[in-house]
Amino acid sequence: MRVGVVTFPGSLDDRDAVRAVALAGGEPVALWHADADLRGVEAVVLPGGFSYGDYLRCGAIARHAPVMGPLLKAAGAGLPVLGICNGFQVLCEARLLPGALIRNDRRRFVCRDQRLRVESSASAWTSAYEPGEEIVVPVKNGEGGYVADERTLDSLEAEGRVVLRYVGGNPNGSARDIAGVTDASGRVVGLMPHPEHAVDPLTGPSTDGLGFFASLLHRVAAA
Amino acid sequence: MTDTVEHAAKTPDVEQPWAALGLRGDEYARIRETLGRRPTSCELAIYSVMWSEHCSYKSSKVHLRRFTELPDETPLGKTLAGIGENAGVVDIGQGYAATFKVESHNHPSFVEPYQGAATGVGGIVRDILAMGARPVALLDPLRFGPADAPDTRRVLPGVVAGIAGYGNCLGLPTVGGEVVFDSSYAGNPLVNVLCVGVMRHEDVHRAHASGVGNRVVLYGARTGGDGIGGVSVLASETFGDEGPSKRPSVQVGDPFLEKLLIECTLELFGEGLVAGIQDLGGAGLSCATSELASAGDGGMHITLDRVPLRDASLTPEEILMSESQERMMAVVRPADVERFLAVCAKWDVPATVLGEVTDTGRLVVEWAGEVVVDVPPRTVASEGPVYQRPYARPQAQDALIAAGSDRLPRPAGGAELRETLLRMAAAPNLSAKTWVTEQYDRYVQGSTVLAQPEDAGVIRVDADSGLGVAVATDGNARFVALDPYAGAQLALAEAYRNVAVTGARPLAVTDCLNFGSPEDPGVMWQFAEAVRGLADGCRVLGVPVTGGNVSFYNSTGDTAVLPTPVVGVLGVLDDVRRRTPLGFSRAGAALFQLGETRDELDGSEWANVVHGHLGGVPPRVDLEAERRLAEILVAASGEGLLDAAHDLADGGLAQALVESCLRGGSGARVEVPEGTDPFAFLFAESAARAVVALSPGAEARFSELCAEHDYPVERIGVIADAGPDSRVDPELELRDLFTIPLAELREAHERTLPDLFD
Amino acid sequence: MARVVVDVMLKPEILDPQGQAVQGALARLGFAGVTAVRQGKRFELELAGEASDQQLATAERAAQTLLANPVIEDYRVRVEG
Repeated sequence: MRVGVVTFPGSLDDRDAVRAVALAGGEPVALWHADADLRGVEAVVLPGGFSYGDYLRCGAIARHAPVMGPLLKAAGAGLPVLGICNGFQVLCEARLLPGALIRNDRRRFVCRDQRLRVESSASAWTSAYEPGEEIVVPVKNGEGGYVADERTLDSLEAEGRVVLRYVGGNPNGSARDIAGVTDASGRVVGLMPHPEHAVDPLTGPSTDGLGFFASLLHRVAAA
Repeated sequence: MTDTVEHAAKTPDVEQPWAALGLRGDEYARIRETLGRRPTSCELAIYSVMWSEHCSYKSSKVHLRRFTELPDETPLGKTLAGIGENAGVVDIGQGYAATFKVESHNHPSFVEPYQGAATGVGGIVRDILAMGARPVALLDPLRFGPADAPDTRRVLPGVVAGIAGYGNCLGLPTVGGEVVFDSSYAGNPLVNVLCVGVMRHEDVHRAHASGVGNRVVLYGARTGGDGIGGVSVLASETFGDEGPSKRPSVQVGDPFLEKLLIECTLELFGEGLVAGIQDLGGAGLSCATSELASAGDGGMHITLDRVPLRDASLTPEEILMSESQERMMAVVRPADVERFLAVCAKWDVPATVLGEVTDTGRLVVEWAGEVVVDVPPRTVASEGPVYQRPYARPQAQDALIAAGSDRLPRPAGGAELRETLLRMAAAPNLSAKTWVTEQYDRYVQGSTVLAQPEDAGVIRVDADSGLGVAVATDGNARFVALDPYAGAQLALAEAYRNVAVTGARPLAVTDCLNFGSPEDPGVMWQFAEAVRGLADGCRVLGVPVTGGNVSFYNSTGDTAVLPTPVVGVLGVLDDVRRRTPLGFSRAGAALFQLGETRDELDGSEWANVVHGHLGGVPPRVDLEAERRLAEILVAASGEGLLDAAHDLADGGLAQALVESCLRGGSGARVEVPEGTDPFAFLFAESAARAVVALSPGAEARFSELCAEHDYPVERIGVIADAGPDSRVDPELELRDLFTIPLAELREAHERTLPDLFD
Repeated sequence: MARVVVDVMLKPEILDPQGQAVQGALARLGFAGVTAVRQGKRFELELAGEASDQQLATAERAAQTLLANPVIEDYRVRVEG
């Protein structure tokens, strides 16, 4: 399966996303922010980093990048998209996902191994997990506080669209400990934690992150 | 009007503000003699900044020669680049090379902690990049005033946020460093940054401008008035009252542009478009042009009007001295210029051809169609003044040494030892540094195998073979104050040991020498002794000094900071899967202590924390022993004999046990060996020691290894059961003395910095 | 030449940790009576010529599209000078 990984000029975790896709058995395809071309991929990962420096708001400028044109269109037609950290911010700025990510409540960047609970396995990117399963994956963000109005939060909860929640301490003040959400279709998912940094026990705290990438491949294989 | 060369020749008697620019009378006279006329204001700007202590090393040069006299060989062979280049380069095997260097950004970080620290990161990263390497990791040795001092609340969070803000955005993992508190740093924090880069052998680049007719290209950020507060005196002299207002002395960094600069430069290297390269750091264009020219064919001609400006009101003097960040200068063959500019455009990096390489032996700068600089570049860059500063052992040194720690009351009995251990584990210098290190991204690039609080940062270089590098920085300024020669060697020994503890073979050294004023003979003595100690130490260990940095004039009020040589050691692991972590995790593993514990508590953290005392003589240095210890640790790691290993240093064995237990989440049962004083056993800071936890069945082979190296080793205990089945909370137990539940230990060790800085 | 200023503020219901930090610092420094601080952004758009209705509308669109995120921020567009 061909999985695109978009590189913005300030992307940092794009190579790790590429590695994770390959480890999960997919075929990573490099996509460049300035090319309005998805090169026929069957899914896309928007990786972590600082896209265009993120001086305005994280993801605000990336959301208007040439590659986002076809991406928004394809996502509307069912293309699975995973936004990690900065990618999550881009998806929120692009309104593919509800809410927004703001400066951490403690006003500092935080990098730590984070316990998380997978709340839903109904999305394209979480089907390899059991609902309620606890995993450990790194978080590293300065603007990772998830916010949305109460009504949106209530409906996300009611519709089972909160896919991931912080356990054992909320690292950034996210509303209701939300670490990841999906759109109504279950195909577009945004995560603040970095599963691509939990795929190799040598360089990460666990291999718990592989499931996000494996979910996608299994689902397609099963379909 | 512009002060041209022609004008200068005609007006020899014009008064020039050389003193305000920091030049001495004899230095100014020497410039006039070199040029055969008075310098233009642009030339004066260039000489004053290039002959400053910071750029010329004029007070330290005579001593630093000891480093260049060392054999330029690592245990793996000849160095690929050494002192004099932007950073040293060493062979790490399998066709790879590593480059690393530590630098200081102390004074700017006191004025504006966030930007000072951030631009410190930016500067050293460009040094590494200029060697042709991809930067792969950072380490940050930091020193601040007392943890509870009000100004530390301003400086520390700003410095840490600045490093995090810049380093994280660049995508560089921060994998190590230090955080040390001492009142001598209250008005002068030490912000040192070490950067490591990796490349293939054939990709090593040098800073030189060769090939007559090759183009000189400036690329990166536009030039603004950053960091030229000092030179505004020139502008006002030249322009009278209508001159520009005072310029800021603070530089501001743009990490996103630096990230683009990295990717752009690596692509330029990859395409073979770079004939010579130099980063722009301190002294900006003055430094880059004169250094490139003097290292190459000896001449360069540039047109200063072409420099893209952020502030159109800048004068030529200011443009030459601006320390605007995120800029590089490349020498490019004429045929490659178009492709060079295209790569820059791809990354949105502004690039401008400023001029070309010549064989005139002169650095010529034009402004508005007239020549404003015409100097021999070597007189600027490499043939500046050199001073043999007077130095003398301070008279107070004897009294300091005489006031040993032996008269200080020591804890006796289990209860007092327990209380002392908890108190020390919670002291700012020994407490957990998570509050700081959690702000650094240690995962980015996906190659971090070990990061703080491990003894050294370990980065995987080749994912297939497992080749990797380990880097550690250390410095114990209290020991250096007691004996600069031995203290510097102890810093070297500790960094060397910390690398070896992870299983890496130490290869090379970089150092950042932070001292007070070189005009103070007592400080100069500390400096000279420290350099001599380091050089002698490196000779014994068989490792070269490949580069570094001297920072003088560090003082709080009139009092110099503690003499603080910070030593960075780089080592290599053939396979990072064999690395040894420091956490105790496998219950039942036998604990052994390597090395000899003596009653060495002078200058120790115990004396500091419990008694606020500094006096006596530092622990004995035995570099031959350090070398053998490293050989054992490296061999044991390679043979898979070790579950865990931790170096013993600040706070002694007690601190090592605290850290290893908490890191791995397991307890330990430890027994004081017969005939040993429990207090010294726990808190002495004797060098050349480590504690290790053995892998199952490794005991016989490990003992044999120690015997082969004739090294003292003693079984001191076992990692305690604390698995899910045991239903017992893990504890650190000192048999017949005391027991501390890990939860209590954790609370003591981990609350300190959050309580102070949250 | 005219200048259009766009002020962007976090919506009142969104937590503003930076504003809270400033408020805390003011209190510590003895600036009494400050009951709340919100921190926002100010953009200055330099326009060629006078500010026409059309240009104001363009600025409004820029604010809506890029300068502010209406999910969490309010903005105000005005001509200065």
